[in-house]
Amino acid sequence: MAKMTVLFDRCKGCGLCTTACPKHIVAISKEKRNKKGYFTATCTDDAACIGCAMCAMMCPDCAITVEK
Amino acid sequence: MATVFERPHALCDTPMHYCPGCTHGIVHRLLCEVLDEMGIEGETIGVCPVGCSVFAYNYFNCDMIEAPHGRAPAVATGVKRSNPDKYVFTYQGDGDLAAIGTAETVHVGARGENIVVIFINNTIYGMTGGQMAPTTIPGQVTQTTPFGRDTELAGYPIRVCEMMATLSGTALAQRVAVDTVPHIRETKKAIRKAFENQKEKRGLSIVEVLSTCPTNWGMTPLEAIKRLQDECIPYYPLGVYKDVTAEGGEK
Amino acid sequence: MKGNEALAEAAIRAGCKCFFGYPITPQTELSAYMAKRMHKEGGVFLQAESEIAAINMVLGAASTGVRAMTSSSSPGISLKSEGISYIAGSDVPAVIINVQRGGPGLGGIQPSQADYWQATKALGHGDFQLLVYAPCSVQEMVDMVVKAFDTADKYRMPAMILADGLLGQMMEPVQFPEIKANSIDKSSWAANGHGNKREHHIINSLYINATDLEEQVIERYKRYDIIKETETDAELYLTEDADIVVCAYGATARVVKSAVNTARAEGVKVGMFRPKTLWPFPVKELNQASQKASKLLCVEMSMGQMIDDVKLAINCSKPVSFFGRTGGVIPTPDEVLEQIKSL
Repeated sequence: MAKMTVLFDRCKGCGLCTTACPKHIVAISKEKRNKKGYFTATCTDDAACIGCAMCAMMCPDCAITVEK
Repeated sequence: MATVFERPHALCDTPMHYCPGCTHGIVHRLLCEVLDEMGIEGETIGVCPVGCSVFAYNYFNCDMIEAPHGRAPAVATGVKRSNPDKYVFTYQGDGDLAAIGTAETVHVGARGENIVVIFINNTIYGMTGGQMAPTTIPGQVTQTTPFGRDTELAGYPIRVCEMMATLSGTALAQRVAVDTVPHIRETKKAIRKAFENQKEKRGLSIVEVLSTCPTNWGMTPLEAIKRLQDECIPYYPLGVYKDVTAEGGEK
Repeated sequence: MKGNEALAEAAIRAGCKCFFGYPITPQTELSAYMAKRMHKEGGVFLQAESEIAAINMVLGAASTGVRAMTSSSSPGISLKSEGISYIAGSDVPAVIINVQRGGPGLGGIQPSQADYWQATKALGHGDFQLLVYAPCSVQEMVDMVVKAFDTADKYRMPAMILADGLLGQMMEPVQFPEIKANSIDKSSWAANGHGNKREHHIINSLYINATDLEEQVIERYKRYDIIKETETDAELYLTEDADIVVCAYGATARVVKSAVNTARAEGVKVGMFRPKTLWPFPVKELNQASQKASKLLCVEMSMGQMIDDVKLAINCSKPVSFFGRTGGVIPTPDEVLEQIKSL
């Protein structure tokens, strides 16, 4: 059981995290913009997350926390 | 569940002003992780440059000094000489370190100044809107090389690590990149080694980090990462150019 | 003791822990003296790669709360002006010594006072001032270095000793006063590692928001107002009944004093006003000195720079003449006497 959490208003939607995820379950959600106007990163399949934290390591804005 | 990844303490909990996908933030975090792991945030004084990372003093939780353009190594020298037991680092971009501040950079190497220099090479002046840097690659289009950098006109880029490796006072000259997670891990290891060198009073450690500037490269963050891999890394090969702790002393 | 060496010794006694220098005539003895003495005192002497690096090393050391100093001569001071502006803009105390030589450009290596405007009006970009002290003897160089460190610390700003090649090279007996330990606490701002005991300190001169920058500058100018009220200093010599007041500072004042003495012996009612602080300029003191005077004469080793401040100080209420030699030429007492008599 692992979980990645994106700080919604910190994320700038750059998408670097999406390239880092070995499970390909991080994507930029086009549903809702944050207060800065960015579409943000989100985990598309919570159950598949292995908590490797590679998305967080790639994030330039320190907007991702990972628990395991 | 236990937290396996969170913001290091040495990195202030404040939004950074960098453009989306700019890799400054990654390097800031890696540096702060090293300060956390070595437990030296309270004993560290950072010196930031003029350029995009001019506001870095707002992001690092250690004491910070803002230097004039290119002078960070001289300011850091003053800090270190008067506080030899503290850890001192500079954080500089390519224009700051390799153009206006070349003399200061070379001489901290020549003196073996016991500090850490983190050098962000993104081949362009970011803060002023994308002009040619001393590291701009031949052919690269910038605001001041609109037809691509013509070496007949604008000369050639400086390969900083190769140059710094020639200086006797340099303990570590290593070029890394932050385009992939393995490279990011490598970057952190290099920064850690640089601070360990300072702890052991080995002399100057410079870690050159190949970085992106999506905005001024006119690319998306992902395209910028690709350019870093396809153009920058081949021109600026990654690796250790000098390491006094390595077997045989130097590479 | 030689002037340049006395400056160095006084700095060490005043608690200067770091000296960063670069060779330039006619102040090189200062660096050489520091190189010999500093390590014995547990301090730092470092020859920088440039004047620019030297002043920035001062910025770094002074930012951590230690007393730091650099010295140079005119062309070198121009190079330092960037760093001096940053030091002022970061509210960091530091002492800079200028043993002036002739200019512009490479100029010459003989004594000059042609950097008055630079020191008092424009030592770098932006709205700011330095404390500027003008010694006229080796003893005064010693006293003023101590004063400069104390006052710089008190107001958190750069201070300059504006000497010249004549004073730097001059040998005179000198007494070092007993210097009290510096009691100014810098712990509220110094960036020397927070030790996990306080918030991080930031030494910075950048304010991207215009109103924030304006606020900073205005705060600094309030300090300047206090300095103008309390920190002026001048020597008034035979001015009480003087009909003519000759204004001169530094080495020139020695020449003027001798001319004034000769003129007095010949019955001319002349006195001398010598500012010891060039910024703040001793306005009140000059007005007091020239109360009875009908005319003033300004003598400088330049084409006339301090004369502007003299005229401003008395609101151009009396005629002010000028006599100067420049390019490294020192005026003689006879020349000055002739000028006094011709008024």
